[in-house]
Amino acid sequence: MTGPAKRLPHTDAVVIGLGWAGSIIAKEMVDAGLEVVGLERGGWIETGVDFNINTAPDELRYARRQELMLQTVQNTVTARNNSAQEALPMRKWGSFHPGNGTGGAGLHWAGITWRFQPEEFRLASYLSEKYGDEVDPNLTLQDWGTDWSEMEPAYDYFERIAGVSGKAGNINGEILAGGNPFEGARTRDYPTGPTIPTYAPKLFAQVAEDLGYKPFHTPSSILSEAYTNIYGMQMGPCTYCGFCTNYGCANLSKASAITCVLPALVRQQGFTARTRSEVLKIETDSNGSKATGVTFVDSDGQEWFQPADIVVSAAFTFENVRLMLLSGIGTPYDPATGKGQTGRNYCYQTANNVRLFFDDKEFNSFIGGGAIGMAIDETNNDNFDHSGLGFVGGGSTRVGPIGAPPIGSRPVPEGTPKWGSKWKQATTENYNRSMSIGCESSSYAQRGNYLSLDPNYKDRLGRPLLRVTFDFPENDLRMSQYVTDKIEEIGRAMNPRSIERNAMTGHWNTVPYQSSHVVGGFVMGADPETSGTNKYLQSWQVPNLFVVGANAFPQNPGYNPTGTVGALAVKAAWAITRDYLKAPHQPLVQA
Amino acid sequence: MKPVLIAALLAGTAAHAQDFNAVEKGRKLAITADCAACHTGDAGEFAGGVPLETPFGTLVGSNITPDQATGIGRWTKEEFRRAVKSGKAADGHLLYPAMPYTDYANMTDADVDAIFDYLQTVPAVHNEVEENQLPFPLNMRVALYGWNLVNQTDATYETNPDKSEEWNKGRYIVMGPGHCAACHSPRNLTGGEKTGDDFLTGATLENWHAPDITADPRLGVGGWSEDEIIAYLKTGHNAYDTASGPMAEEVALSSSKWSDGDLASVAAYLKEGEVDAPASAKAPDPLDAQSASMQAGAAIYGDRCSACHAADGEGVAGLYPKLSGAPLVMADDPTSLGRVVLAGSQAGATAAAPTGPVMPSFGATLDNAQVAAVLDYIRNSWGNAAPAVDTGDMASLRKDLQTQ
Repeated sequence: MTGPAKRLPHTDAVVIGLGWAGSIIAKEMVDAGLEVVGLERGGWIETGVDFNINTAPDELRYARRQELMLQTVQNTVTARNNSAQEALPMRKWGSFHPGNGTGGAGLHWAGITWRFQPEEFRLASYLSEKYGDEVDPNLTLQDWGTDWSEMEPAYDYFERIAGVSGKAGNINGEILAGGNPFEGARTRDYPTGPTIPTYAPKLFAQVAEDLGYKPFHTPSSILSEAYTNIYGMQMGPCTYCGFCTNYGCANLSKASAITCVLPALVRQQGFTARTRSEVLKIETDSNGSKATGVTFVDSDGQEWFQPADIVVSAAFTFENVRLMLLSGIGTPYDPATGKGQTGRNYCYQTANNVRLFFDDKEFNSFIGGGAIGMAIDETNNDNFDHSGLGFVGGGSTRVGPIGAPPIGSRPVPEGTPKWGSKWKQATTENYNRSMSIGCESSSYAQRGNYLSLDPNYKDRLGRPLLRVTFDFPENDLRMSQYVTDKIEEIGRAMNPRSIERNAMTGHWNTVPYQSSHVVGGFVMGADPETSGTNKYLQSWQVPNLFVVGANAFPQNPGYNPTGTVGALAVKAAWAITRDYLKAPHQPLVQA
Repeated sequence: MKPVLIAALLAGTAAHAQDFNAVEKGRKLAITADCAACHTGDAGEFAGGVPLETPFGTLVGSNITPDQATGIGRWTKEEFRRAVKSGKAADGHLLYPAMPYTDYANMTDADVDAIFDYLQTVPAVHNEVEENQLPFPLNMRVALYGWNLVNQTDATYETNPDKSEEWNKGRYIVMGPGHCAACHSPRNLTGGEKTGDDFLTGATLENWHAPDITADPRLGVGGWSEDEIIAYLKTGHNAYDTASGPMAEEVALSSSKWSDGDLASVAAYLKEGEVDAPASAKAPDPLDAQSASMQAGAAIYGDRCSACHAADGEGVAGLYPKLSGAPLVMADDPTSLGRVVLAGSQAGATAAAPTGPVMPSFGATLDNAQVAAVLDYIRNSWGNAAPAVDTGDMASLRKDLQTQ
C-alpha cells in the first residue's frame, strides 16, 4: 500500500475513470443493483454549467490552451521512436489529446462512430489465411478472441446510448443503397437518421460516386435530430456551430458520458462519484490474483483506500496501461523476446490527407460539426485486394469539415509567405475556397512498438511516467502512399486549382496533432501469454479486475476507435452483470 | 427459514394495518402538499430552516419533525389541524401566511390528520428555527389578526355535483394540498391570494412570474392537451415550457412523484377550468414586424436563440421550449422571460427526464434594450401577440437580480 491511506467503507465495485467506458459500466452495474463508486482524476463537468453557448465557442481557451485536456503538469508521457533512444517527456500535448474530467476524451471528440468490420476481430488469422507469407513478418498482429456475433449486439446497444446518426448499409446481410456496403451485418438501422452534409462533403460524394465509389454518411454521434436514449437522456440536433472537436457541446448535440449517461446515473441510489481523485494503484492480495480495491489520492493530497469486490479500470489507454504496470498486473512486455502482456501491441493511427484549393467554389468553411460529412470505404482495411501490394491495411476516406476556427484554420497554398501582407491576402482568398479529403488509416502492431514505465521521469506524485516507444511500421508507410494516391485521384477529379498531398512519411513526431487514437498496450485475446484480458475484458491474472478501453485493441483498423470502446464497455458490463456475479472471482474464460 | 420470516412479517403488518395505511396516505399527501419545499433544509428531513423570500421580508420554514422541544412532538392532531388549516400554532401564536394555510383550509380533516400521522413517524431532529426574520413592525405577529380578517376564508372544499369525479378530484388537489394558488394567483396589497375571477391567473414573486394556469386558451393552459399538462407536471417539461426556478423545485420535490391518477385528475380540471371562469380576453394585435425593436429582436433571435428554439420558434420537443403559441411567452407580465434571458435558468431534472437542459444567461452580452427587443420579437412572431416590453422594466429586473 502507498503511504498511510485512510480506509473507506467497502463497496461492491469501484470504477476508475468516468469517461465513456467507466460511465457505461458503472450505470449498468448500478442498474443491476450493485453499489458503485466512480473515481475520476479530473473535475465533474456538466453541460449547462460548463458550456454556456455564450462562452463555449472560445478557440483560445479550448483549442489553443486545451482547457478540456489533461494538464501535463498533472500527468504526461515520455516519448521516443525506438529502444535505442532516451525518451523525453511531452510538456505540451501535440500528437494526441488525452482528456480529463467526467466525459474524458469522449467529451472533446469529433463524434465519428464506426463499428469495426467482422474480419477485424480475427485479423491475424484472416490476413494469414488470405495472404500467407506476403504479410510483413515484423508485424505482430493478433486476433481479439471475440467475434461478430458477440460484438454486434454490443455495438447496437452503444448506438442506442449515443443516439448515433447514420444510414445502414447492411441489415441482416441485405446491402442497402446509401449506406456503407462494407459494414458487417447489423440487426437494425441507426437510432437517428443521417446528418445533412455541408457543401464540401456533398461535392466529394458526388464526384466519388461518378468514379464508381459508394459514398455514405459518416456515422455520427453529433446528432441529426432530437433523441432520447435508453437511459432517458435527451439530446438535440446539431446546429453546425463549428466548435466541435476540442470543445464541449452546449447544445446537447454531441454524445458523451456527460450528455448520455452521468446525469441519469448520478441521480441513482447506489452510485457515488468522487472527482479530482487520482488512482495510484490497484491493490491485490498477497499472491496477486485478487484485487482488494484501489488506492487513490484526493485533491488535498490525502490518500484513501477504497475496498471493493470488483475493480473496473476504465481510464484512457495510457493510464490504464500505466496502472497495470504500477500494480504488477501482467508481465511487462519485452521487445527483445516478444514476451509479456503489459505494454504489448501499442498502436496509433496513420493520418493522411489531400488539400484542395479552388477558384470557383465557396465552402462557407466556418460552419460544420465533427463527424458531419461523407465517406467511402473502398480504400479501407481489406476492402480492396492487397495481393502484391507489399502492405496490409488501409483507411476510411472522409470529407467532414469540422468548422474552421479563426486562429487555427488558415489554409494557404504551398509557396505562400508565412507572414505579412501576402500571407494575409492569401488567407482571405483561400479561407472559403479550400477543403481537404482525409484518410484515417490503420496502424498495425510491430515488435518494437510498446509501452513501459519510464526509468527517468516521474509525475508530481513520484510515480514513473509512461514511456511510449513508437515509430510508423514500414507496412503502414507503404499503405499511406497507396491510399493517398487513391484520394488524390478523387481530389483531381474535383478539378481544383491546386492540390497538396500529405501522406504519412518518416518518423512519428510528437509535435503536430495527428490523432488521439492511441490503442493497445493491454490487449484482449484468447491466449493469456499474449493478452492481458479475455474477451470479456476480464484480467487473466486477476479475475475480479476488468480493464476496458482502447488499450484492448491488438491493432487499430482504419476507423476511429470510440464506437468500439463503447461496445467493449457494454460487453464488459454485460459480462459482469449477467455472468460474473453468478460466480464471483471466477474467470469467465478458462485459460 | 424464509417462509417463517414472511409469516412473521405478515403478522406484524396485520396488527398495524390501520396505522400503516394512514402513514402511507400521509406520506403521499406530504409530497403532494410539498411540505419539504419549506421544511426540509440542511438540518434534515422536515427539520425546517429553509428561508422563503417574501415581499415583506424573510420567513423560515419551521421544524415539523416529532422532536419534543423544537418540533411538533408534543402537538395533538387537533393542534396540527388548526395550524395547517387556520394558521395557529399549538401555543396559539399565529403563523405567517408564507405557510399557505388559506389553501390548505380546503383539505379534509382526514387528509391533514394523515399528514400528521406520517410526520410522527419521521426521525425527530433537534433543530431550533427562528421562523420570523421580518423587519418591525411586520415581525409583530399581532398584525396577523388583521391579515387573517381580510384574507382568511373558512373555505372548506365543496364538491360540484355537475362535474365529473375526476374534475372534482383535480380541483381538490389544486385548491387544497397542491396549493397552486399560492404562486399562481395574484395577491392583494397585504399579500393575500386573490380569488374569484383572479384565481390562478398568474402572479409575480421573487422575480419569477408564475403564469396563468386557467383554462384560457391563449394565456392559460387551455390550449395544452391533458397529456401535455401531465408531462409538464411529471417531467418538468413539455413542448411549450420547461419548469424553471421555484416550479422546477416543485416538480422535482412534488409533482414528479404524484400518482398517475392524481396527475390525470389535475390535468382534467386545469384543462376544463372553473365553471364560471371569465371569457377569454381578446388577443392584442401583434407589434408591427417592421418596428425598430422587432427588427433588432429578429436579428438577435437569429444569432443567439434560433440554434435551440429553432428559426420558427418550434423548439425541440421536451428539450428546448416551443415559443410559438406558448402561454408563458405571451403573458402580460414578461418578468420570467426577462429573467431567464438575463440570468439563465437550469431546468429541474427528474428521474423520468434526467437531462435538465439549461437556458444560458445573456446578461453579459445583451443590454436592456436588446433584451426587450428580443422579447418583443418572440412575443409577437409566429402568431404570438403580446404587449411591448419596456426597456426600463428590464433594467430594474437586472438590478434586482444583481442584488438578490
